Amino acid sequence: MKEIRILAPAGMLGYGIPEKSFNAGMAMKPHAIVIDAGSTDAGPHKLGAGVGIVSKIAAKKDFDMMLTAGLENHIPVIVGSAGGSGGQPHIKWTMDVVRELAAERGWKLRVAVINGTADKEWLKDRLRKGLVTPMTGVPELTIEDIDQATEIVAQMGHEPYLEALEKGVDLIIAGRSYDPAMTVAACVHNGNTDLGLAYHMGKIIECGCLCTIPGGPDAIMGILREDSFIIQSLNPERRCTPLSVAAHTLYEKEHPYHLAGPGGVLDLEKCTFEQLENNAVCVRGSKFVPDKVYRVKLEGAKLVGYRSIFIGALRDPLAVAAVDEIIGAGKYMAHNIMKQLGLTDNQVFMDFKVYGRNGVMGDREPIREVKSHELCIVSEFVAPTQEEAAAICAKARAGMMHYHYNGRKATAGNLALPFAPSDFSVGPTYQFNVYHLVAVDDPIAFFTTTYQTIGEEK
Amino acid sequence: MTRLNDITRVIRSKNSGPFLLTFDVIFNDAESYQKAKASGVLTPEKFANLFRISKDKIVTFVWFEVANAFKATIIRPRDSGSYGERDTYGAQQAAPLINLEFPF
Repeated sequence: MKEIRILAPAGMLGYGIPEKSFNAGMAMKPHAIVIDAGSTDAGPHKLGAGVGIVSKIAAKKDFDMMLTAGLENHIPVIVGSAGGSGGQPHIKWTMDVVRELAAERGWKLRVAVINGTADKEWLKDRLRKGLVTPMTGVPELTIEDIDQATEIVAQMGHEPYLEALEKGVDLIIAGRSYDPAMTVAACVHNGNTDLGLAYHMGKIIECGCLCTIPGGPDAIMGILREDSFIIQSLNPERRCTPLSVAAHTLYEKEHPYHLAGPGGVLDLEKCTFEQLENNAVCVRGSKFVPDKVYRVKLEGAKLVGYRSIFIGALRDPLAVAAVDEIIGAGKYMAHNIMKQLGLTDNQVFMDFKVYGRNGVMGDREPIREVKSHELCIVSEFVAPTQEEAAAICAKARAGMMHYHYNGRKATAGNLALPFAPSDFSVGPTYQFNVYHLVAVDDPIAFFTTTYQTIGEEK
Repeated sequence: MTRLNDITRVIRSKNSGPFLLTFDVIFNDAESYQKAKASGVLTPEKFANLFRISKDKIVTFVWFEVANAFKATIIRPRDSGSYGERDTYGAQQAAPLINLEFPF
């Protein structure tokens, strides 16, 4: 069986593609260029509000490099989790970037767009039939959750990509995807159907050079063979070793060698890693164990309110010692204005993060003694409207600034405010409220693919 | 006495999806890994105490020999990036592990 080479130019679309490594990869004549554009790392706001993670300028630059090389070598460019969250606005944003670029470059592109948004009525029906299960640590899904989510995306496996590749396209722009799906589809399309090896290879290369020492955003090559695959670093300064590759499967995963995805579990317990020449590692023994029922993961976020914050610091040692009293004054004033606004405790959330004490870890901070000579308080207020959040924030700030704690000598004010204006209205606040598995009848039919030709050849 | 910091090259935390937080420890070499594992210092009880969580919040607690690594995954105290968040990516939560002491 021939070997199949897949080039992953970076761990994330828009983070920048290092030219030297990318060219070294292209010189190896890959069968496809795959790139992941998504993540839930940045929180629920991206999916909830329908906005991206990277700038248009950055995405366009990466597309330019990949599509120039793809068209020249007649290989597909495959983009997963378009626009960050892979929802409708994210796909549209990505397609706008591609259209603009195609027009500028005079490219004619055959594009497949794969949509993975779940229909809410369909999902309610699935929920009633008991076909929805929560992910670890997640409450059961409710009809209310489905209604409240701004958009619910489903993480696709390789199957919809494979169908698109078989139609013959230059570019695939897909919604929310399991990270290795693009790689697996390209491997199966080119004749290797060992899903264990392909999914494992895809899992490693989708992060770019996270599996090298030192790790970082760089291009990497995955080479699938009949009974193994090879991970090859394209940058001589980044070493690819059996340990660095083995350790990669830890990253961001719940378990080091059982990795659940659409349609099955990747079992890496029996994997072996062997050093090869040319800064490469050979991996054997990755197994894909199909599930009896094909399930996909859903992600959704709901609006929980609007947020205002202010930052204030304490330096006076008497104020540092009285920090809890000062915060108490802020809470008291916040509750006063809440009452005037007709808001209850259930409608308003407030949090005072005290940096220098336990700002990062909160209640889980094991060090209880405060040794810092200064403290920074980041105060957060979330209310049903932005106006209400801003009003509560302002009252709490004034309360904390001027509260007369016992023994106070700095009678002009308790807070050093670094910014004018001191308060920031930071807009809508979201919360992940859908993170569940749903059984689908057909892993392709659930996702809808449209084919279009963009631009005209110049 | 040896501290975890002395025998490892990675001690990190990171989200594993919005509802889980995972901790990775990668030891310097197979010897350090084996000694640390055999010492019995790092147990679910110890881990739960260190992070002030109850033991039932730990969903994964695994030694991973092929990478000279240890992994623990816990249910996130709250879902990532919403109100009350303190570490959206979960990238700064591993600090209590650094000074963990081993009797060798």
